[in-house]
Amino acid sequence: MINSRWMLFLLVLFSAATAALSADAQVVGAPQPWEWYFRTAATPVQVDLIWFHDLIFWVEVAIVLFVLGLMAYIVVKFNAKANPVPSRTTHNTFLEVAWTVIPVLILVVIAIPSLRLLFFMDKAKNPEMTLKITSHQWYWSYEYTDSGIAFDSNMIPEDQLKPGQLRLLDVDNRVVLPADTEIRLLMTSEDVIHNWAVQSFGVRMDTVPGRINESWMIVPADKIGTYYGQCSELCGVNHAYMPIAVDIVSKRDFQSWLAQAKTKFGRLDADAPVKLVQAETQPSLDAR
Amino acid sequence: MADTHAHAHGHNDHADHGHHPTGWRRWMYSTNHKDIGTLYLVLAIVASFVGVGFSMMMRLELAEPGLQFIRDQHFYNVLLTAHGLIMVFFVVMPALIGGFGNWFIPLMIGCPDMAFPRMNNISFWLTAVGLILVATSTVIGGGAGTGWTVYPPLSNHTFHPGMSVDFAILSLHVAGAASILGAINFITTIVNMRAPGMTFHRMPLFIWSMLVTAFLLLLALPVLAGALTMLLTDRNFGTAFFEPSGGGDPIFWQHLFWFFGHPEVYIMIIPAFGIVSQVVSTFSKKPVFGYLGMAYAMVSIGFVGFVVWAHHMFTVGFNVETRAYFIIATMIIAVPTGIKIFSWLATMWGGSIEFKTPMLYAMGFIFLFVVGGVTGVTLSNAPVDMAFHDTYFVIAHFHYVLSIAAMYAIFTGMYYWLPKMSGRMYNEKLGQWQFWITFVGVNVLFFPQHFLGMAGMPRRIADYPDAFAGWNMVSSGGAVISLVGALLFFYILWDTLRNGAKAPANPWGVGANTLEWTVDSPAPFHTHEVLPVITAEPAGSHH
Repeated sequence: MINSRWMLFLLVLFSAATAALSADAQVVGAPQPWEWYFRTAATPVQVDLIWFHDLIFWVEVAIVLFVLGLMAYIVVKFNAKANPVPSRTTHNTFLEVAWTVIPVLILVVIAIPSLRLLFFMDKAKNPEMTLKITSHQWYWSYEYTDSGIAFDSNMIPEDQLKPGQLRLLDVDNRVVLPADTEIRLLMTSEDVIHNWAVQSFGVRMDTVPGRINESWMIVPADKIGTYYGQCSELCGVNHAYMPIAVDIVSKRDFQSWLAQAKTKFGRLDADAPVKLVQAETQPSLDAR
Repeated sequence: MADTHAHAHGHNDHADHGHHPTGWRRWMYSTNHKDIGTLYLVLAIVASFVGVGFSMMMRLELAEPGLQFIRDQHFYNVLLTAHGLIMVFFVVMPALIGGFGNWFIPLMIGCPDMAFPRMNNISFWLTAVGLILVATSTVIGGGAGTGWTVYPPLSNHTFHPGMSVDFAILSLHVAGAASILGAINFITTIVNMRAPGMTFHRMPLFIWSMLVTAFLLLLALPVLAGALTMLLTDRNFGTAFFEPSGGGDPIFWQHLFWFFGHPEVYIMIIPAFGIVSQVVSTFSKKPVFGYLGMAYAMVSIGFVGFVVWAHHMFTVGFNVETRAYFIIATMIIAVPTGIKIFSWLATMWGGSIEFKTPMLYAMGFIFLFVVGGVTGVTLSNAPVDMAFHDTYFVIAHFHYVLSIAAMYAIFTGMYYWLPKMSGRMYNEKLGQWQFWITFVGVNVLFFPQHFLGMAGMPRRIADYPDAFAGWNMVSSGGAVISLVGALLFFYILWDTLRNGAKAPANPWGVGANTLEWTVDSPAPFHTHEVLPVITAEPAGSHH
C-alpha cells in the first residue's frame, strides 16, 4: 500500500538522520543552510522555550487556517453570482460574545506557561560560577570572576579563516564553559548598547552602558559542543562583525583549560596578542 | 439622489466653481481639503520612490552573503534608518491620514471643509519640510546609521558626530508638529461639523478610525517631541538625559520612544481598519456587521495601545514582574483585533460579493493581517521573544502588518476612491493583475524571513553567515516581484488619469451608501454647501 511505502521512506530518512547525528558527537549550535526552525537547544530554558513556542505556533496555525477556511467558503458561497440577494443580518449576540470570549480563553491558555517560563528563565537560582560579559565596538570581553581570567574575543577576518571555520561566526578566543554547571551571566557595555545572544542557550540580553544585566545558563553533558551567536542590537558600522562563539566542555576539560588560560590570559604582558585585563585590580568599565 | 450642487446655486460666491486660485497658487496656498488631500497623496508617492528604492538596495545587497554592492556598512545602516523613517512618517501616515483623511472626512460627514483650513495648509507643508530634512540627513554629515529608533548612546554625539542625526531629529520634530496640527483639525472637524442627524453612532467606520487615530497622534507625538528635544540637547548642549556618565540612562530614551512608538503602529493600522470596513461593506452590499463592536474595538485598541510599550524592550533587562505585566497587557489587544477580523468575515457572510480590485485588496488585508497578527501574539510572550528579539522574525512580523497590511489598505483606498478623486475609472483587469502580482511578491519577500529569524539571523546587518544565504535569495526574489507590482500600480495610476473612462457619482452600486458617493465624480472643488440631513443608521445598520 502507498501508506506503508511512505512509512518505510520516513523510517529510512529518520534512521539516516539519527546515524548522521550520532556520527558527530559534538553538538554544533550554528545555523544550517535552508534552516527554517530553531537551532539545537542546549539549555533547559531553550528546551522549554521551543516547547512553548510550538504550543503557540499550532494554536496560531489553527487560527490562520480557520480564517482562511471561512474566507474560502465566503468566496464560493457568497459571490454575486451564487448569492444575488444579500442578507441584511448585522447582529448576532451569541456570535459576538463567542468571538470575544473564546480568544480570551485561548490567551489564558497561552499566558500561564508563558509566565511560568518567564520566571524560570529570569535568574540563576544557585550559580556555581559567574561569567562577566562586556561589549565594545566591536568585540566582546569575557571575565571569569571566580578564576581571575579575562580576555577579548574578536571575529576572525574573512582572509584569515582556516578551513572549517565559519565566516562571520568564528572568533580568535572562544568562551569556554563547563557542562553541568549553573552559570550566572553578568553583562554590561563600555560604549553603546549591544546584545549578547546565543540562541541555543535561550539567552538574549542587551548589554547597556551604566547597567549590569543578568541571565543564566546550564548545559547538560550530552550537549557538549560549540555554539554560535551574534550581536543582536544595532551598534554601529561593524555590528555584523562581533560574533559570539562558546565551547561547552566537560568539567574536567574545563579545569585543564582554566590552568592553561591562567598562564595565557592571567598575566599582564604588553606584547601578548590579545588585549589583557587583570581581573583583580581592574573594573571592566575602565577607560581603555 | 441628492446632488448637492442642485441645491447650491445662488448660495454665495463660493458656490461658483471658477472662484479658486489656479496654477501654483492653488496648491501652495491651498486651504481646500481635497487639494490638500491630493498633495498628501502626491507626497506619499514621491517619498515611496525613495523609501522603496532604499529597501530594494538593501535586498539587492542581501541577496547573497558577502558585500557586493554596499561596501560601507555604515551606508547600509543609513539606508535602513532612512527606509524606516520615510516609510512610517512620509509614506504610510501621509497617505492614510493626510491623504484619505483630508479627502474623505468632510465628504463622508457632510461638511464643506475641514474646521481649520489654513492650519491644514501649514500641516501639509511642515510634512513636506520634514521629508526634505530626512532626505538631507542621509547625505549630510555622514548619514544617520542609528535605525529609526535612534537609540542612544549610538545616536549621541560621540558615536554620530556629524549633523545627520540632528537633521533626522528636526525632521521628526517638524513632521510631528504637522501631525499634531492635523490631529487637532481632524478631531475638531469630526466632533463639531457632522451633518445634522449624523450622531457619533451613525458615523461611517472610516470616520471612527480617523477620530481614534487623531487622538493617538495628539497624545503620542508630544512625548516623542519631548524625547527628541532631550536627545538634541544631549547631542549639542552637554545635557546627559540619556548619558550614563552624566547620571542619565539610555533605557529612559527607549521608554519615551516606545511610549510614542507603540501607539504609532496603531496610528498606521487603525485608518486601515476604517478603509477596509467601508470597502468590505460596499462590495458585500451589506451593512457592517456589529457596527458598535467595530467602532469600540478601535477605541479600545487605541486605549490599550498606550499601556503596552515596553514589549519592544523585553531584552533590556528590567525586572521580571514588569515583563509579566507587559505580556498580559499586550495579549489583551488580540481580543478587540479578533472582534474586527470576525466582524469583517461576518459582514461578508451572506453578502452578494463583487470581487473588484478594492475588495481583493481588502480581503488580502484581512488574511495577511491575521498572519502578521498571530506572529505578534508569539512575540508578545517575553520568553519566546528571547529567541526572536532583533532577528528577522521581528522584521517578518512588522512587515506583514505594515508593509503588507498598511500598504494593502493604501491600495484598497486608492482603487476604491480613485473614481471619486480623479473622476475616472481604473482598468479593472490591470488592477486585479496588480493585486495578484503584489500578493505573490510580498509573501515570497517576507514569509521566508520568519525562517531566517527562527534560525537566529540578526536584523540590521549587511552581511550574514553563509548558512542564511538560501532564504535571503528567495526573499530578494520576492522583492523583485513586489517591485513589479508597485511599478504596475504607478502605470495604472497614470493610465487612469490619462485614459480612464469617466466615472459616475457612484461607480460601486447599492453597497456604496456613504455620503461621498452622493456628490459628482470627480468631487467638485466645493461640496456639501447645503448640508445633507442624515436619518438612517450608518450604512443601513439596525440596532
